[in-house]
Amino acid sequence: MKTLITLNINGDAREIYIDARRSLLDILRDELALMGAHRGCDSGDCGACTVIVNGQPVTSCMMLAADWNGAEILTVEGMAKDGQLHPIQRALVEKGGIQCGFCTPGFVMNIKALLDENPKPTEAEARAWLAGNLCRCTGYAKIIEAVMSVAEESA
Amino acid sequence: MNSFDHFTPATLTEALSILAERNGNASIIAGGTDLLLRVKNHIVKPAAVLNVKRVPELRALSFDSNEGLRVGALTTLRDLTRSPLIRDCYPVLASAAGLMASEQIRSLATLGGNLCNASPSADLAPPLIALDAVACLVSLSSERQIPLAEFFTGPGRSVLQKGELLKEIIVPPPQGKTAYLKHSPRAFMDIAIVGAAVRIQQQGGKCQQARIVLGAVAPTPLRVRSGEESLEGQTLTSEVIRQAAKISAESCSPISDVRSAAWYRKRMVEVLVRRGIEATL
Ligand SMILES: Cc1cc2nc3c(=O)[nH]c(=O)nc-3n(C[C@H](O)[C@H](O)[C@H](O)COP(=O)(O)OP(=O)(O)OC[C@H]3O[C@@H](n4cnc5c(N)ncnc54)[C@H](O)[C@@H]3O)c2cc1C
Ligand code: FES
Ligand code: FES
Repeated sequence: MKTLITLNINGDAREIYIDARRSLLDILRDELALMGAHRGCDSGDCGACTVIVNGQPVTSCMMLAADWNGAEILTVEGMAKDGQLHPIQRALVEKGGIQCGFCTPGFVMNIKALLDENPKPTEAEARAWLAGNLCRCTGYAKIIEAVMSVAEESA
Repeated sequence: MNSFDHFTPATLTEALSILAERNGNASIIAGGTDLLLRVKNHIVKPAAVLNVKRVPELRALSFDSNEGLRVGALTTLRDLTRSPLIRDCYPVLASAAGLMASEQIRSLATLGGNLCNASPSADLAPPLIALDAVACLVSLSSERQIPLAEFFTGPGRSVLQKGELLKEIIVPPPQGKTAYLKHSPRAFMDIAIVGAAVRIQQQGGKCQQARIVLGAVAPTPLRVRSGEESLEGQTLTSEVIRQAAKISAESCSPISDVRSAAWYRKRMVEVLVRRGIEATL
């Protein structure tokens, strides 16, 4: 079954006909060519597909796009402005919180959700908030360092 | 994935009419975090998917000092962890929700989905049963209330009939103190291998009313009445507490699976029930 939905993605309203079986992640990647959200597990466990929907961080692989008609969606493609990386992205690069980069878009979005709600998290709060994002490369320490440095800068 | 019809009803009556028309061949989707996994793995092949997220009648969240809490099926785990009402009056529900899944899943996953999925390890079931919660079930022709303790009938099974959905949960005004302890191999992002909820109401130095409810150690969440009776009317000395913990371990019937051996689950029931009672003193 095909349905027409509107998604507001990074500030642009997009009308699309979608198959009701497709996840939001499928639509972002396959229909809208937004390849930032990655497909790691497709089952809610790894966080690589994290985007922000209506202000909340979510795993887009675990959502039927058809359920979210009218949603406001922010993906990693909406983070850099005027060719400048977002401070979260810059901190991950500078602190070495990015190696292969597969997990990075998911981390960027979930870190944004964290700092939007709690601009000065403790390290323990940051680790707990990011528990649903897996990284096979960095060992997490550098990612947490990056989060703390952004929190510091904004003070 | 098989193809299915997709509906987004705007009212409860519309949702119930579609459910009735489809005569059991429609899957309700709330957060989708349980359902979509089963659809992706071809365990469920729905002919229709009914997105209830726009049904306002499923969004209650109110408190009255006589009637208690009304909490709608669509309340997300994130809502439970953030709501000042829940945090003040039923802190155990906020903390139990905070122990579940991840921030991203908690933004999607709902209270109603956690209960209707009827997993023996569902983390919200033991604390809600310990609080004597009641489930409100509605269909086109009827509305009924049943104690949540009687809602579950087996792994993945409940008393929900074709055409019926869970509208909300009613929790009586809080009495005594309630604790929920969850044991899982990983501190975050893990399913419980044992969950234990304890509620203790004391008066004049004696335990007046007790609830002990276990998760993940039987086909359904399990209320341990013999353990509760061993506490009621007693002064809660360490000996009395240890006895109740022991009875609880003897009352459950855990299985061995990839997460844990049965004997380990039993041992951990004893530990968690003891710590749970201690946490309420
Ligand atoms: C990575 C991950 C981690 C998880 N961790 C935990 C955990 O730590 N603890 C835990 O308990 N669970 C956990 N879960 C399971 C799941 O997230 C929860 O059970 C969640 O609360 C389900 O809610 P939902 O709204 O997503 O359910 P859905 O998938 O939408 O629905 C689940 C079932 O209930 C039915 N249903 C939903 N709402 C209603 C209603 N109002 N009336 C009738 N039927 C209804 C659906 O038809 C479906 O059969 C986890 C899941 C994932 C993917
Ligand atoms: S791809 Fe969505 S959580 Fe792993
Ligand atoms: S940088 Fe490789 S998975 Fe995180």
